[in-house]
Amino acid sequence: MDFSITQQFLQQLINGISLGSIYALIALGYTMVYGIIKLINFAHGDIYMVGAYVAFFATTTLKLSFFPALIVSMVVAAIVGMTIERLAYRPLRKAPRIAILITAIGVSLLLEYGGMLLVTPQPRTFPALFESQVYTFGNIVVNSQQVIILAISVVLMVILTFVVQRTKIGKAMRAVSFDTDAARLMGIDVDRVISMTFAIGSALAAAAGMLVGVYYNSIDPLMGIMPGLKAFVAAVLGGIGVIPGAMLGGIIMGVIEAMVSGFISSTFRDAAAFAILIIILLFKPSGLLGKNVREKV
Amino acid sequence: MLKIENIDVYYGAIHALKGISAEVNEGEIVTLIGANGAGKSTILRTISGLLKPKAGQINFEGKSIAGVVAQDIVKLGISQVPEGRRVFANMSVLENLELGAYIRNDKKGIQEDMENVFVKFPRLAERRSQLAGTLSGGEQQMLAMGRALMSRPRLLLLDEPSMGLAPLLVKEIFSIIKEINASGTTVLLVEQNAHMALSIAHRAYVLETGRITLSGDAKELAASEEIRKAYLGG
Repeated sequence: MDFSITQQFLQQLINGISLGSIYALIALGYTMVYGIIKLINFAHGDIYMVGAYVAFFATTTLKLSFFPALIVSMVVAAIVGMTIERLAYRPLRKAPRIAILITAIGVSLLLEYGGMLLVTPQPRTFPALFESQVYTFGNIVVNSQQVIILAISVVLMVILTFVVQRTKIGKAMRAVSFDTDAARLMGIDVDRVISMTFAIGSALAAAAGMLVGVYYNSIDPLMGIMPGLKAFVAAVLGGIGVIPGAMLGGIIMGVIEAMVSGFISSTFRDAAAFAILIIILLFKPSGLLGKNVREKV
Repeated sequence: MLKIENIDVYYGAIHALKGISAEVNEGEIVTLIGANGAGKSTILRTISGLLKPKAGQINFEGKSIAGVVAQDIVKLGISQVPEGRRVFANMSVLENLELGAYIRNDKKGIQEDMENVFVKFPRLAERRSQLAGTLSGGEQQMLAMGRALMSRPRLLLLDEPSMGLAPLLVKEIFSIIKEINASGTTVLLVEQNAHMALSIAHRAYVLETGRITLSGDAKELAASEEIRKAYLGG
């Protein structure tokens, strides 16, 4: 049987969905932070790098297995995220928005180059935590890493949805994001809610970082730049501030990228991602799932 | 119960409140009336801790609360129904009420109070799983009031509950305010609809451009020539 277009399509679809779920995990942090303090946290992609490194040391130095390392990485990243918010962003809460945006870029550079200083710029080989198995269905190939990436991402997104929809802190987050002053009048400690949002977003990014380490076997201090930008595009594509939008946007981004590399050329992959950003900003700036809300006065 | 002494509040360079003093005694309905921009909402926002007075004192049940942050004011027993309702439009009626009880942890008590809100506002009961944004203006006002009651306040601050509502609904809302007061909650009511406000209040303050110009018994004020001319249309 020939390697037909349909099979090629299905193969790229599978690759795209697993890559896309990584983007989705990162995009969630962008969108949640934006939803709550209207900040594009450009340091977010670097938190993903921090997560990958923590997972690397947890599995190599501490010899932890996959799940404990995942937990350690998520917890450490959550603490890093909360610390950044506390030290860099909170003092600027009342400053013009551009000040905090520039600070975010500064924090991003600090993490990238501070990271180089701390762990050297050399890429590291992420240990193989699983025996890689390859499943073939006809001519379509799925490996165990892809299955794990998808499974972990889905579980994390289900947990996140539950937290946001059903728990007290989740409701407080939605309230703060909708109307901060009204939330204060309910007795909600807005600073604590913002801090929790950073913690959750950072933990999800760290999970993505570890999954990518497992998938590509290689990590380096600048690994967060491109996926960070693409996840940001994914968040905008889905509708920034909208949680299901980030999930959808991430998956779509991953699939488009995979299709472009599969059918056109992998050198156009990144161009495709940013072409999406331009197109969405031109034709539907509020994103696929975003609502056209009037600015509140 | 609540004593405001000589507070000065600024919005940036704008001197919004100039040496305001007022008092609310336990069990009363006190109303603040005045034109648009007189500073009525500013007073409520300052009591609630959303704004900080530059000078002056606010005492609630003997404790100084000027400068206490908003989320702690609610815990002290002061709850506000803000101007324009400010319900969480993207959440259900039920979730809005749950958020009203955010500072509480007694599940059973919260459940009971929620039932009480539904008895007081039967229309909310019918729409409990509906998104707050899909409610009519009157229903949103009821939801905002129910939500504020969920924290079991001893002092309820109401900011323009009549805004944008049909006269019949205004009547309904005001009779509910009277009921709430009768069941033991002290009320500080800010209104542009001076006629309605004076009809249910015990005492009133008249605010003009950041200063209190008149105060006294609500019935007497409603009868006074000055008030009739300025606020009651003749």
